[in-house]
Amino acid sequence: MDFAFMKETFLSLLSGVPLTLNLAFTSVAFGTVFAMILALMRLSGVSVLAAVAQAYVFVFRGTPLLVQIFLIYYGLGQFRPALQEWGLWIFFREPYWCAVLALTLNTAAYASEIIRGGLQSVPHQQVEAARACGMSGFLLFRRIVFPIAVRQALPAYGSEIILMVKATSLASIITMMEVTGIAAKLISQTFRAVEIFVVAGLIYLIINFIITRIVMAIEWWLSPHLRRPPAVEPRLEAAHV
Amino acid sequence: MQQLSYFELVGFGPNGWGWALLTATGMTLAVAVCGFLIGSVVGTFVAWAKVGGNLAIRGIADGYTTVLRGIPDLLVIYLFYFGGSAALGAIGSLFGAEGFIGVPAFVTGALAIGIISGAYQAEVFRGAYQVVSKGEIEAARSVGMHRWLMFRRIIAPQVLRYAIPGLGNTWQLVLKESALISVTGLVELLRQSHIAAGSTRRPFDFYLTAAVLYLLITWVSTYLFQRAENHSMRGIRRAS
Amino acid sequence: MKLFKAFGLGLLASALALGGAAAQERTVKIATEGAYAPWNFTGPGGKLEGFEIDLANDLCARMKVKCEIMAQDWDGIIPALQAKKYDAIMAGMNITDKRLEVINFSLPYASTPHGWGVMKDSPLAKLPGTGTTVSIDKDPEAAKKAIEAWKPLLKGKTVGVQGSTVNSQFLEKYLKDVVEIREYKTTEQHDLDLTAGRVDAIFAGHGALKATQEKPEFKDMVITGTGMRGDVLGRGVAVGMRKDDAELKKSFDEAIQAAIKDGTVKKLSEKWFKIDATPQA
Repeated sequence: MDFAFMKETFLSLLSGVPLTLNLAFTSVAFGTVFAMILALMRLSGVSVLAAVAQAYVFVFRGTPLLVQIFLIYYGLGQFRPALQEWGLWIFFREPYWCAVLALTLNTAAYASEIIRGGLQSVPHQQVEAARACGMSGFLLFRRIVFPIAVRQALPAYGSEIILMVKATSLASIITMMEVTGIAAKLISQTFRAVEIFVVAGLIYLIINFIITRIVMAIEWWLSPHLRRPPAVEPRLEAAHV
Repeated sequence: MQQLSYFELVGFGPNGWGWALLTATGMTLAVAVCGFLIGSVVGTFVAWAKVGGNLAIRGIADGYTTVLRGIPDLLVIYLFYFGGSAALGAIGSLFGAEGFIGVPAFVTGALAIGIISGAYQAEVFRGAYQVVSKGEIEAARSVGMHRWLMFRRIIAPQVLRYAIPGLGNTWQLVLKESALISVTGLVELLRQSHIAAGSTRRPFDFYLTAAVLYLLITWVSTYLFQRAENHSMRGIRRAS
Repeated sequence: MKLFKAFGLGLLASALALGGAAAQERTVKIATEGAYAPWNFTGPGGKLEGFEIDLANDLCARMKVKCEIMAQDWDGIIPALQAKKYDAIMAGMNITDKRLEVINFSLPYASTPHGWGVMKDSPLAKLPGTGTTVSIDKDPEAAKKAIEAWKPLLKGKTVGVQGSTVNSQFLEKYLKDVVEIREYKTTEQHDLDLTAGRVDAIFAGHGALKATQEKPEFKDMVITGTGMRGDVLGRGVAVGMRKDDAELKKSFDEAIQAAIKDGTVKKLSEKWFKIDATPQA
């Protein structure tokens, strides 16, 4: 192993980290909002809404993310005239927004299940107690349901964020120069695939390690009454591939 | 040259890609099933290491799952593809074997998927093992069963029962992961769609077809796993 | 024990037999991209076709070896050669100094200039020099002038190019500060983005551009600007091999010389490129 070369590679790959994080967090942010809507649709009791949400989740969890990215980027390019007419082309023209859209739609499907699980885990006694105190509607949701649900969903949400960081590597395939994209470019210049991919893997490991720690800290901060962080394993979710 | 209709494109006619897509779907299934089985073997050993190993073995097993779950699967596949035969070539030349030690893309792909899904399956098996009650294991020991017999008769059947839902999830993951193998040149469903999309300049038609075929596989396999779960749980009373 | 011994001996014998067979008739595995028409591409039903497929079959017949042609993604094509996934590359790959550092090349078997593909209604359709060709090696002054003449029109445009190619190196070297370069995995992908309007122009080999024009969706694409050769654009397309494979290089060289001499290369290139792409001596 050539450590000088690996150090140099590490430094060049670092320049891709901002874009990797940008893609991951932008899509997690948009995805969370969308996921909330989907989860509420599922739990709304209106069968049409629930069915639509369920079908959405099935489709986006049942197909590879790579296929979704290609479909959105190259596939929709086939309909440029129509998209231009609706003024949507400015959006689809940019590979960045296509990547964000694909990642957002994808994470929303997974996250909606996590949120639904969190909301359903709220003990009904708590809700009844709150009702007995005269809370209802939004106040009940804000003070009781939401905080409990968030705490329940947090470990799984942490895994979801890590899966998204990993998933951003697929954006390299539609010309985005994030960590994997830069790695591919370096390989084309040096032809040293193994060393470069090892270093790239290391960078992802470091990013994900830091995120895991942050999520654990938030978990600790959100459970003052337990203070012994629950040893619950995050529920194993299929990764985004 | 006239624009072909969608059904001519994906059909079985002279300009159709129907057979190519079907063969590629078969390849996707083959590489996913092989990868899944390799992952089961790897997962079993890693789960065993995590439950019963000493400190060093447990450390290695933990390291393996952490690393595999922390780096993008695309990178793992690239590493296997480029690193795998380099490593084999080095080992081969130690023994005096000259020249070509190629690993076919199928084998690299199945191995890479196996190693990745092994990390997930290990967690599934470990979780399921923890459900098996200690009393049963003690009872098995007290009637004089040896390790292997106990594993075969007591542990494996029960672990499998509780692992089925988790394994179903992992299978879906493996199926979708097989799409990443397209980067190594194995002509599976996604790669065939690329080729067709590039050759005909009709990406939407082909990627959509690929998505539908993946969904179809997911749908059928979800149904099969559900049936397996119902079957395995037939003797268990569930609290409602 | 005896059984084991017999089994072991059998294995050894069969290994020897295999080794013997390999010495007599070597199977040469050749990688191509399968997405670079008309050099090499995948036809309906997934069959590999193109200039290099025909030429490879011809060369292998001359070399009296069995050939197996396989498709491989372009950006990993050299690392995978080094990883011994195959023995040779025939994928429209130009001889460049950079590549010579890591692999070996045969004599060139074809050569085309490189240039711009743009849509007919684009302002870039009027890039100066259309129809002429210049070699950066032979006439550096004229080449420099031609590139300078492009710059005002190209300023601020987005250009698509396939990554890890002589074309991307050319853009990096001469036009990095003028245009935004976007790297694609295949030429087919940047073709799609040219019609989709995500890039204003593509830079590629003239052979590939001509083949793209043949597609009905690309009838409005034109090839503009001075055609470029030489320097980072390489010294012709050749077979890539591992450095330690001297024997293979020798037989490829002989076969290519023979194929150029008897006009096979000319015939095949006229069939696929509609021009004579035989490398000039």
